[in-house]
Amino acid sequence: MEHIVIIGNGISGVTAARHIRKLSDKKITIISAETDYFFSRTALMYIYMGHMKFEHTQPYENWFWKKNRIELKNGFVQQVDTTNKELHFADGDKMSYDKLIIATGSKPNKFGWPGQDLDGVMGMYHKQDLESLEKHTPGTKRAVIVGGGLIGIELAEMLVSRNIPVTFLVRETSFWNGVLPAGESEMINRHIREHHIDLRLDTNLVEILADENGRARAVTTDKGETIECQVVGLTAGVSPNIDFLKDSAIETNRGVLVNRHLETNISDVYAIGDCAQQHEAIGLRRPIEAVWYTGRMMGETVAQTICGNRTEYKPGHWFNSAKFLDIEYQTYGWVFARPQEYEKQFYWEHEGGKKCIRISYHKDTNEFLGINNFGIRMRHEVFDKWLTEKRDVDYVINHLAEANFDPEFFARHEAEILQHFNSQTLTNA
Amino acid sequence: MKHNVEQSMSLTSPAPTNLSLMQKFATFLGVTGLGILLLAAFNINFPHKALWLTISLSAITIGTIAFSYGLYGNTAEGIKNNGVFFKSISNRGFLGWIAGILLTGFYVVLYFYPEYLGLVKDGDNTGVIAVFDPLSRLLSGNPASQWFVYGTLYTVAIFAFGIKFMWKYRHNRYEVIRTGSVMFFQTAFAFIIPELMARLNTDTFKLPYYDLKNVWPLNYYNFEGYRIKEFVNAGNIGLALLIFGIASIFIITPILTYKYGKRWYCSWVCGCGGLAETAGDSFRQLSDKSKFAWKVERWVIHSVLVFIIVTTTAVVHSYLGHDTSKYWLTKNTFLIGVSVFLTVLFALIWIFKRQELKKDARYGAIGYLVIILAFVALHYTSGDSKIFLFKANDLRSTYGFLIGSIFSGVIGTGFYPILGSRVWCRFGCPMAAILGIQQRLFSKFRITTNGGQCISCGNCSTYCEMGIDVRAYAQKGENIVRASCVGCGICSAVCPRGVLKLENGSQEGRINPNEVLLGNDVNLMDLVNRK
Ligand SMILES: Cc1cc2nc3c(=O)[nH]c(=O)nc-3n(C[C@H](O)[C@H](O)[C@H](O)COP(=O)(O)OP(=O)(O)OC[C@H]3O[C@@H](n4cnc5c(N)ncnc54)[C@H](O)[C@@H]3O)c2cc1C
Ligand code: SF4
Ligand code: SF4
Repeated sequence: MEHIVIIGNGISGVTAARHIRKLSDKKITIISAETDYFFSRTALMYIYMGHMKFEHTQPYENWFWKKNRIELKNGFVQQVDTTNKELHFADGDKMSYDKLIIATGSKPNKFGWPGQDLDGVMGMYHKQDLESLEKHTPGTKRAVIVGGGLIGIELAEMLVSRNIPVTFLVRETSFWNGVLPAGESEMINRHIREHHIDLRLDTNLVEILADENGRARAVTTDKGETIECQVVGLTAGVSPNIDFLKDSAIETNRGVLVNRHLETNISDVYAIGDCAQQHEAIGLRRPIEAVWYTGRMMGETVAQTICGNRTEYKPGHWFNSAKFLDIEYQTYGWVFARPQEYEKQFYWEHEGGKKCIRISYHKDTNEFLGINNFGIRMRHEVFDKWLTEKRDVDYVINHLAEANFDPEFFARHEAEILQHFNSQTLTNA
Repeated sequence: MKHNVEQSMSLTSPAPTNLSLMQKFATFLGVTGLGILLLAAFNINFPHKALWLTISLSAITIGTIAFSYGLYGNTAEGIKNNGVFFKSISNRGFLGWIAGILLTGFYVVLYFYPEYLGLVKDGDNTGVIAVFDPLSRLLSGNPASQWFVYGTLYTVAIFAFGIKFMWKYRHNRYEVIRTGSVMFFQTAFAFIIPELMARLNTDTFKLPYYDLKNVWPLNYYNFEGYRIKEFVNAGNIGLALLIFGIASIFIITPILTYKYGKRWYCSWVCGCGGLAETAGDSFRQLSDKSKFAWKVERWVIHSVLVFIIVTTTAVVHSYLGHDTSKYWLTKNTFLIGVSVFLTVLFALIWIFKRQELKKDARYGAIGYLVIILAFVALHYTSGDSKIFLFKANDLRSTYGFLIGSIFSGVIGTGFYPILGSRVWCRFGCPMAAILGIQQRLFSKFRITTNGGQCISCGNCSTYCEMGIDVRAYAQKGENIVRASCVGCGICSAVCPRGVLKLENGSQEGRINPNEVLLGNDVNLMDLVNRK
C-alpha cells in the first residue's frame, strides 16, 4: 500500500489527508511537532482571552483520526532524504514514504533586532508561543507589540482582555495601510485607540533591553524613546517554516518552490499551504499566500493529484476576512490601498465611524473589481458570482441588498450608499 | 510543557476578577433581596409583607441590572466573552457547583416539600409563601401558592437577566428584539394574564389555569379529564380556550414553524427557553458538543415524545365513554383516530422526505412502531382503566414526576451551571421534539454558511447552547439544518468572520452538503460536489 506522509498537521496538511482518505485507501501519516491533534491556529487568541479552551479549537474529536485511519505522529522532522525517500526525526527516528507532502506552515519573522531572543519576547504563531505568553503574563505591567498586521492587532486585543496596557509599535504611518486604503485604515486607528491601546504609528523597534535575569525589561524606539515593558510580542509578519529543508535536494526560495500542480522539483514531493511558494504568482495573488483558506484549497487540490486526478491549483476570486477588535472586515475581489492606474474607488462611511465600504471598479469599463466591507457582512456567493459575471459598478451598487449578510433586523444602509454613490458620480462627471 | 496553557488557566484565575465599586454595591443589593426571602423561609415574620416583598424583589432586580451595567456599561459594543472559561461560575468551577447544588435543592423543595416554603393547605400561609400573599391577592384575589412564588421569581429572573442580556448584545438587534419578546411573553402570558383570568372565577364559573403560550405537549396536562370538564363547563370562553389549545398544536405551530423555524417558539416565546436565554446565558458554553451527546439527545428526546403521546392518549381514552349516542367521540373512535393520524403522518414523511432522514428515519420508525403497537395492544387487552398493564392515571403521574418535575425542573434548571442552559430543551422537551421534526423536514428556516469564509475557530460550536457542532457544517460550507437548533442566533453573533446567518428562504438548496468549498477552482468544485 502506498504510504503518503504529510509533514504538518495544520489546515492544509489535514485537508489533504481527509481528501486523500475520501478518494483512496492509501496509508496516511501526519507528522507534527506542535500538537498531537489538529487545532485551529486562528483561534489561538480566544484561548488566551478565555472565550474557549484549547479543546474547543480542535475541529475534530479525537476518535476521528483512528476511525478514518489517519495515523498521527508527534515528532520533528530534521532532514528529508529524497534519494532514499526517508525522513529523519530530531530524536533519531526514521520513516520512509512513497509520496511526501510538505505542509509546515510559517514562523514569525524576526529581523535581527538586538534582544529578540530574550525571555519574555515571543511571536504569536505556535501553541508554544501562547504558552510562553501565558507564562510571562503574571506580573506584566505593560506589553509592547512590534508590527501592525493582523496578528499584531489580535495580540493587542488578547492582552487588553487581561487588562494589560499595550503599546503598539507600527512601522507604517497608519495601521496596515499597505493593504487598507486610508479611510479604512484610519477607522481602525481610531478603533484601536478607543480600546485604550497606545498606538504608535511610524515607529520602529531599535532594541530590546534585558534585566539582570535575561528577561526583557524595556524597548527602545527610533523616536528615541525607552518604553518599560515585561512582554514583547513580535508580529512583523511570517515566513515559510522550511529551515529543515536546507540540506535537502528540494528547491526552495523563501518558501518551497512549486508549480501550479503543487509539485516540487523532486518527484513525489509536494508542498502546500503557508510554506509553498509559486514559481509565478497566480493572477494578482502573492506567490506565498499565508491564509487559512488557500491552505485548505491547496490541500483539496493536491489530494486529487495524489489520487490520480492530476489537478492544477486554480484559486477562484480572491477573498479574505479578519476582525479588528470589534470591527469585522471582509473583502471580495481586489481593492488596492493605493489605486492601480486602471482603478477607481468609491468609499462610503457610516456616520458612527464603525462601518464602511469601498468598491473598486475599472475607470474605463466600470467593471466591478472588488469590495472592502467593514462592520457589514456580505455574501461570498453573491460577490463571487458578480465578479465572474463581470458586473459593472452600477449594478453592484443597485443590488447591494442582495449581498447583505447581516443578521435579521440589523440597520440597513443600501439606500444611503446608493445616494452617496449617485451624488459622488454626479459631481465627478 | 504541553499542558502549560491549560494548567495555568485552571489553577490561577488570570481573568480580571476585581469587581468595581458599582458591582460590589450591586452584589450587596441583590444578596440583600435574596436574603430577605431566605429569612422569610426560615420563618422570620415580616410585619409589612407587601413592603418587604417590594423591597426584596426590587433589590434583586436592581442589583442584577446594576451589576450588568458595571460589567458592560463602560465597554465598546461587541462580543463580551472575555474570561468566560476562567471564571469559576461559568466554567464548572467551585462556584458553578455551589450554584448548581443550591438551585437543585431549591427545585426539590419546590416540587416535593412546599411546606418548607410555608405552604399551608387549609389556613394562612407562613414563611416565604406568605410574603407573596399580598401580590397574589392583588392579581388573582387568592393567597399565594408555591407556584405563585416560583412564577414571580421566574419572571423577575427573566426580566432582570433579560436586561443584562440586552446590554451584553446591544450591538445585535436580533438579540435585543428577541429578548424583549421573551420578557413580554413571560410577564404577560405566563404571569399576569393567567392570574387575572383567575379573577373571572366565581362559585359557578371556573376557568382552568391557562398559560396561553404553553402548547401541548409542553403543558402535558392540558387535556386531562378535570381540565376538559372545566373547559366545557365554562361555556363559550372555555370552549374557545380548548379549541385554541388544539389549534395551537395542529394549525398555529406548524404554520409558524414552517415560516420561521422552531425559533419562533423556543427562543421568542417559550418560558423555559426564556429562562435559558437570560438567566442561563452565562452557562450556554457548557453544553456537550460531542457526537455521542447528539446520539443520546436523539434517543432521549424522542422517547419522551413517545411517552407523552402514549400517556395523553391513555388519559383521554380513560375518560371517554363507549356510547356514541351520548357523545360522538368514544374510546374506540378516539383510538382509531389517533392511530390513523399517526399512520398517515408517518406515511407522508416516509414517502416525501425519506431521503432527508437517513439514520434518523429508522429511529423515528421504531419509536412510531412502538406507539402503534401500544395502541393496538391497549385496545384489545385493556379493561376500562388500563393501558397495557398500567392505569392511565399511573402513567400520567409517572410522566408528571419523571419528566414534568425531575427532568424539566430539577435537572433542566438546577443543573444549568453543570450541563449548560438548555439541557431540558435539548434532551427532554417533547414540544421541542415535535417542532424539531417540523423544522428539519418542513421549514424554510436554516442557518446559511457564507461560502468559504469559515476559519474553523470554534466560537460558534462553543457558544451553541444546544450542543450543535456548528463549525462542522460551517467549515464545509454547508448550511445548518438541525432539528434541535432553537435559532438563538448566538453562533452568528460570536462568529468573528461573519459566516453564519439565520434565514427563512426557499426549500431549494436548503440542505447543501459540500466537499469542496466556494473559492476553489470552479471545475474542481463541480467535479467533487456533483456526486
Ligand atoms: C494568530 C493567528 C491568526 C490567524 N488568523 C487568520 C485568519 O483570521 N484568517 C486567515 O485566513 N488566516 C489566519 N492565520 C493564518 C493561518 O492560520 C495560516 O495560514 C494557516 O494556519 C496555515 O496552515 P498550514 O497548514 O499551512 O500550516 P500550519 O498551520 O502552520 O501547520 C504546520 C504545522 O507543521 C508543523 N511543523 C513545521 N515544521 C515541522 C517539522 N520540521 N517537523 C514536524 N512538524 C513541523 C508546525 O509545528 C505546525 O504544527 C492566522 C495565523 C495566526 C498565527
Ligand atoms: S445553532 Fe446557532 S442559532 Fe441554533 S441553537 Fe445553536 S447557537 Fe443558537
Ligand atoms: S465561529 Fe465562524 S469562523 Fe469560527 S468556526 Fe464558527 S463559523 Fe467558522
